[in-house]
Amino acid sequence: MDFLFYMGDVFTPINFGLLLLGTIGGLILGATPGLSPTMAVALLIPFTFQLEPQQGLILLGAAYTSTVAGGAVSAILLKIPGAPANIATTLDGHTMATKGEGAKALQLSFLASAVGGLFGVFLLIFLTPVLAQWALAFGPSHLFWLAILGVTVIGTLDSSSVVKGLLSGCIGLWLATIGFDDIMGAQRFIFHPSVSGGINVIPALIGLFAIPQVITMFTKGRSSDDAEVISVKRHPIRLAFLEVIKRKTALTIGTLTGSIIGLIPGVGGQIAGLVAYDQSKKFSKESDKFGTGHSEGIIAAESANNAMVGPSLVPLLTLSIPGSPTAAVLLGGLLIHGIFPGPDLFMNYPQVAWTFIDSMLIGQILMCVFGLYIAGLAASVARVPHAVMAAVVLGLAVFGSYSVQNSMGDVYVMATLGMAMYFLERFGFSAAPLVLGLILGPIAEANFIQGSMIANATVGAGTYFFTGWLNWFLILIVLASISYSIWMEIAARRYTTKDDAVAKEEALS
Amino acid sequence: MKKWIIGAALALAAMAGSAQADGHEAYPERPILMMVSYGAGGATDFQARIVTMTAGNEDALGMPIAIVNRPGAGGRVGWNWFASEAEADGYTLGAYNIPHFIAQSIEGGVSYSADSFEPIANWGADPAVFVVGADSEFNSMEDVVNYAKENPGGLTFSGAGLFVGHHIAALQLEKAAGVKLAYIPNNKGGAGAMRAVIAGEVLGGVNNLSDAYRAREAGNVKILGVFDLERNEEFLPDVPTMKEQGFDIDNASVNFRGVMVPKGTPQPIIDKLAATVPTMFENGRVQKRMAAGGSPMNIMTRDEVLEMWAARQATLEDLLAGL
Repeated sequence: MDFLFYMGDVFTPINFGLLLLGTIGGLILGATPGLSPTMAVALLIPFTFQLEPQQGLILLGAAYTSTVAGGAVSAILLKIPGAPANIATTLDGHTMATKGEGAKALQLSFLASAVGGLFGVFLLIFLTPVLAQWALAFGPSHLFWLAILGVTVIGTLDSSSVVKGLLSGCIGLWLATIGFDDIMGAQRFIFHPSVSGGINVIPALIGLFAIPQVITMFTKGRSSDDAEVISVKRHPIRLAFLEVIKRKTALTIGTLTGSIIGLIPGVGGQIAGLVAYDQSKKFSKESDKFGTGHSEGIIAAESANNAMVGPSLVPLLTLSIPGSPTAAVLLGGLLIHGIFPGPDLFMNYPQVAWTFIDSMLIGQILMCVFGLYIAGLAASVARVPHAVMAAVVLGLAVFGSYSVQNSMGDVYVMATLGMAMYFLERFGFSAAPLVLGLILGPIAEANFIQGSMIANATVGAGTYFFTGWLNWFLILIVLASISYSIWMEIAARRYTTKDDAVAKEEALS
Repeated sequence: MKKWIIGAALALAAMAGSAQADGHEAYPERPILMMVSYGAGGATDFQARIVTMTAGNEDALGMPIAIVNRPGAGGRVGWNWFASEAEADGYTLGAYNIPHFIAQSIEGGVSYSADSFEPIANWGADPAVFVVGADSEFNSMEDVVNYAKENPGGLTFSGAGLFVGHHIAALQLEKAAGVKLAYIPNNKGGAGAMRAVIAGEVLGGVNNLSDAYRAREAGNVKILGVFDLERNEEFLPDVPTMKEQGFDIDNASVNFRGVMVPKGTPQPIIDKLAATVPTMFENGRVQKRMAAGGSPMNIMTRDEVLEMWAARQATLEDLLAGL
């Protein structure tokens, strides 16, 4: 119960002020497309030079927590995910917003984030030693199977047909091969210096989601003056609470999936939301409502991506290994003050370590409170006319892509992918599977190559990839996921008439 | 009319010329960017942020230095950009990692070599070390090499990638011990390579002294040898060098980090930077922060760095010729 003992330190005036600053700043940074949690935390590091270690970490911890949740704001209102973690939120969140329920979508997402986030931090507090072993259990072969599991999700994710989903996933996988390859340094498909570093996920994300939106807004603006400005219905917070409690299944699946995947170094944050979304879709009684502005979709995605925050710090705090880019930046924040994370951290610097964790706990609650307040303001965003909105989104898209590494090359990549996506969307392809392919490609490839190098030097590829309970377990889930998709596809075909299919297509487009 | 135009052009040229000369005297007049070709949070990024934090002081450059990360492909993306696109006006600095960029330029496929850049000063030297898990049966390099002799090509050990310091160290070890080893490059850099060692995915690994020191403090690894000419008295006085253990390995794999500018930067600016930047590294606050983070420093002036680059070029060409 050490964490309760140090709870008081969070509420000293300076610490609490920093916590507020980090939370509010984090929400704003997170809502800006292109400013991912990693960037936001890296931007704050210089300020912590001047602060006490404890204060610096409070600022960084609060910013990390709330940027992840803040990404939902632009995902829901603008259909631009603030970071890869928020991709799944766009699927139902933005659809809900276009139906005039933007306020509800935001409330649901912040409440679900807080539940997931609190659960994740409690895991960090109580189960750190156990979880540390789990984080180490995933070697190259397991990460490879995990990436393959992600690929099986591609087909069923937000697409009118499995084949189109898989096709756009394949485009994503191909885009992921562009650039110098991670391990051997071979050059692949580099026909312009802008892509020599590969396609960066953030500019791709912005382009694929935002640009088709912008083009659609512009075309609508010309054709009709009354361009349906999205109305935002007021939505009492009480009802949002009830809704979140009612959707227990989605909340549980989201929180658990997020916590488990968050632990795995290098994979966690980016796919936690998508995997949770897919799983709760498969377990839901109303799975056909997913993608049409269904509350379970938002709850699962957002609870998962915040549940990941706490566990993602386990490898850093116990083993001194940063499991994610954000954790690597936090490690820098610790090292500057001469604090080495490791098993002794909680004994040598209890004041710093526990106050940091406590501040993340309080940060989750503050984030939720301010988030709900922002949800109230959502109405004003949606009242902006299309033409103005399109210009603002376009400006944000350019700014966001450029700011990732101060490079015009990323802006070109964003624009090119965005325009291509506009045409692909008209043929019924969607952006989410494409981005998932882009994220999973390098994970699958690098781990396969590393795994087979180790295997060739030791036991051989067959034994390395196909034995061990964790491999078997992952392969089993992969097979289950594939057979489920096939079964659903066949079942859907058998009972759908042509008219139904056409109606469904129209409803989606 | 023609004369008038020529006169005006001459006057303009003269003005531009003098303005430029003035510019060099007043340099720097605005904040400076420094490109780091590794991601935020990595050792190079972390150290670059610390050593440049006093740039804004009156006794240093008088202008702050902002760090821009251009990560990708083991640093190739950033250095390619720095060699071909960065403006040579003194307002764009770059961080170098030796032997990484020289080894990559020898390997080929990149648009830079040691001739594309002008070094300013060196701030740090991070030797590679050989680590094994805390519960490993290996207790010295001799154990490691004996195992490799019994299982040719079966000793798996991790490192941060191909054509970086760790890889060079691995090649040197193979050559000096006369054994075949299985070097597994990691796509997540030094941190990923360290994880593989601690998790027992590989039997050992080459890693940075600073990271290995931290991992040993945390009780996760044993450090068996340093790939340097001398022991590191500050952090690891008890770990012998490779040479002490009977392997003829020099300091070619030591990761030197420092500041450079693109070729073509005006000489007065290079001179000014070369005079000021080393004193910036010697600042007490910088030294304290670097020591706290476990980052060994090694401050070298421009002339010393030029010499070191030339020496590395020769050694690496020799070492990589066999690949």
